[in-house]
Amino acid sequence: MAEREKILEVRDLNISFKTDSGIVNAIRGVNLDLYKGETIAIVGESGSGKSVTTKAIMGIMAGNGSIDGGSINYTWTDENTGERITKDICQLSEKEMQSEIRGRKIAMVFQDPMTSLNPTMTIGNQIMEPMIHHYNTPKEEAYKKAVELLQLVGITNAEKRMKNYPHQLSGGMRQRIVIAIALSCDPYVLICDEPTTALDVTIQAKILELIQDIQKKKDLSVIYITHDLGVVAKVADYVNVMYAGKIVETGTIDEIFYDPRHPYTWGLLSSMPDLDTDDDELYTIPGTPPNLAHEVKGDAFAPRNKYALNIDLRIEPPMFKVPGSTTHKVASWLMHEKAPKVEMPVELKNRLEKMKKEGVE
Amino acid sequence: MENKEPILVVKDLKQHFKINRNFTVKAVDGISFDIMPGETYGLVGESGSGKSTTGRSIIRLYKPTSGSIVFNGKEIGGKLNKETSKELHTKMQMIFQDPMACLNPRKKVIDIIGQGLDIHKSYSSMEERNEKIYEMLELVGLSREHATRYPHQFSGGQRQRIGIARALIMNPDLIIADEAISALDVSIQAQVVNLMKKIQKETGIAYLFIAHDLSMVKYISDKIGVLHLGHLVETGTTEEIFDNPIHPYTKSLLSAIPHPNPRVEKVRKSFTYDYKESGVDYTKGTEHLVEGTHYVLATDEEFEKWTKK
Repeated sequence: MAEREKILEVRDLNISFKTDSGIVNAIRGVNLDLYKGETIAIVGESGSGKSVTTKAIMGIMAGNGSIDGGSINYTWTDENTGERITKDICQLSEKEMQSEIRGRKIAMVFQDPMTSLNPTMTIGNQIMEPMIHHYNTPKEEAYKKAVELLQLVGITNAEKRMKNYPHQLSGGMRQRIVIAIALSCDPYVLICDEPTTALDVTIQAKILELIQDIQKKKDLSVIYITHDLGVVAKVADYVNVMYAGKIVETGTIDEIFYDPRHPYTWGLLSSMPDLDTDDDELYTIPGTPPNLAHEVKGDAFAPRNKYALNIDLRIEPPMFKVPGSTTHKVASWLMHEKAPKVEMPVELKNRLEKMKKEGVE
Repeated sequence: MENKEPILVVKDLKQHFKINRNFTVKAVDGISFDIMPGETYGLVGESGSGKSTTGRSIIRLYKPTSGSIVFNGKEIGGKLNKETSKELHTKMQMIFQDPMACLNPRKKVIDIIGQGLDIHKSYSSMEERNEKIYEMLELVGLSREHATRYPHQFSGGQRQRIGIARALIMNPDLIIADEAISALDVSIQAQVVNLMKKIQKETGIAYLFIAHDLSMVKYISDKIGVLHLGHLVETGTTEEIFDNPIHPYTKSLLSAIPHPNPRVEKVRKSFTYDYKESGVDYTKGTEHLVEGTHYVLATDEEFEKWTKK
């Protein structure tokens, strides 16, 4: 691989929310790296903190949330001078955030296209709005660019569609509009928060292919948040598995899918129904995610983990590097050199073997 | 099962909604299928294809425009007398998509589940009623302490279990599950599906399972019907549909399922199907038998063309 340009670097991020039932530590030390032109995916159950992490990157946290520690360093090349600038998003003021970063450098696509579009504005105006706001683009120029964007996201009859309102479009079309809006200011980073969950399977595939296509054309970096491993398999270069506000396993897509090391990842992969399962019962991870309002002692996954060691209940595992790989890291005591050797469940192993063979054909 | 009579026979069901004088939405336009006792029938299709409308017409949340629905040997498509409507209300139940929206937030779980019993007065004492409810709670994997709580105190998966318990309390013969698992997380989905299967084994209940997630449908269903634009374009057993899809729409649906396997998924391109451009006219098609119970909606020429490949 050629020299990779690091765009986003999240280090030891801690976020908590003040609620009636006490302080909830939603994010507990997250590290993330995003390089130019690459795609990372964050997977996990609901409540694992996937969305909160990305919202922090966008600076759109809920009012009762606060960043307690860590940094989000964002690097870009200045258009005029050509020099590299790095800024910690956590330290920026709301005003700087709005005028410099949000929308302009980092854009976001949300889950439900109907709620993220303004029902009282034509879609043309909605696509032009960010350009006019951020760059003072003259109206005609913005209009031209909006039409181009509509064509880019695969909408036919673009000029005519500019005058449409969101309710006149189908769900898939609306999501395309949302993507067009996100792209209107030529961001470097696109965050997609469950971009296809609200859509049908047939349209889902098309939207994902569209995002991939645009990513190649514009050399974008994309962060996907999803709980659908099928989506991850399709789009991601790197995968981060998140559990209870921590990243428990990270690595390239092949490492996570074909050589998972963390028991939680095993559970996630096993519970995917694929089209060849004939078993009588689907695998489920026993128990429920921990309540983060209480302090988590040791490994948060230990109560649900049948491979848990004694130490898991007392001390939180650090990130262990998987031998022979620079990218694959696992937060589990099972990776410690003195830990007993534990193999993944046999069924999963057979399944992964089969998957590997399918891929070669 | 001793009686081989189907529990539900739907014949040429039509459900039209009149928008105004010139425009009528034909949400469901003449579909037929039947469900055997103890069987799961999966209804799949994209949004707007009329899956939910079908389910709602069958349970008579809508009044069907035309067609016949025979449930347990009784016609329920037209006007209902008191007796049939009572049977319908107890023996056919529904589980809804959004477990938060379908539970009354001001009622305790015990009253939500017991409402059916209360309405039909099918108990002789309060203790008997509560005992029934506790049993039901345990059947769906909750405990009796949960009975006095309110819906907001539960997680999504638990709420869906309450919805299932409410549907089961009247000992129905058929449950219509309208996207019952779509709003849940993957791992919770598996739990709920396992629960539904377990209950089916214990009670011999039949399900009409409406969903757009084909991998789950394949897992739970015995038979599948593929719905598009109000027409049942292909129907058959799960193996028949998945191993040998005939209709281009079914093919496109199957090709769109994401595989959790990067090496396959990265190179896969989904197969698109556009009704307008394909030149297929559903109203002209008739049912063609492929083999066994596998039927496709097509004209003679189309059928020949699709089966040749």
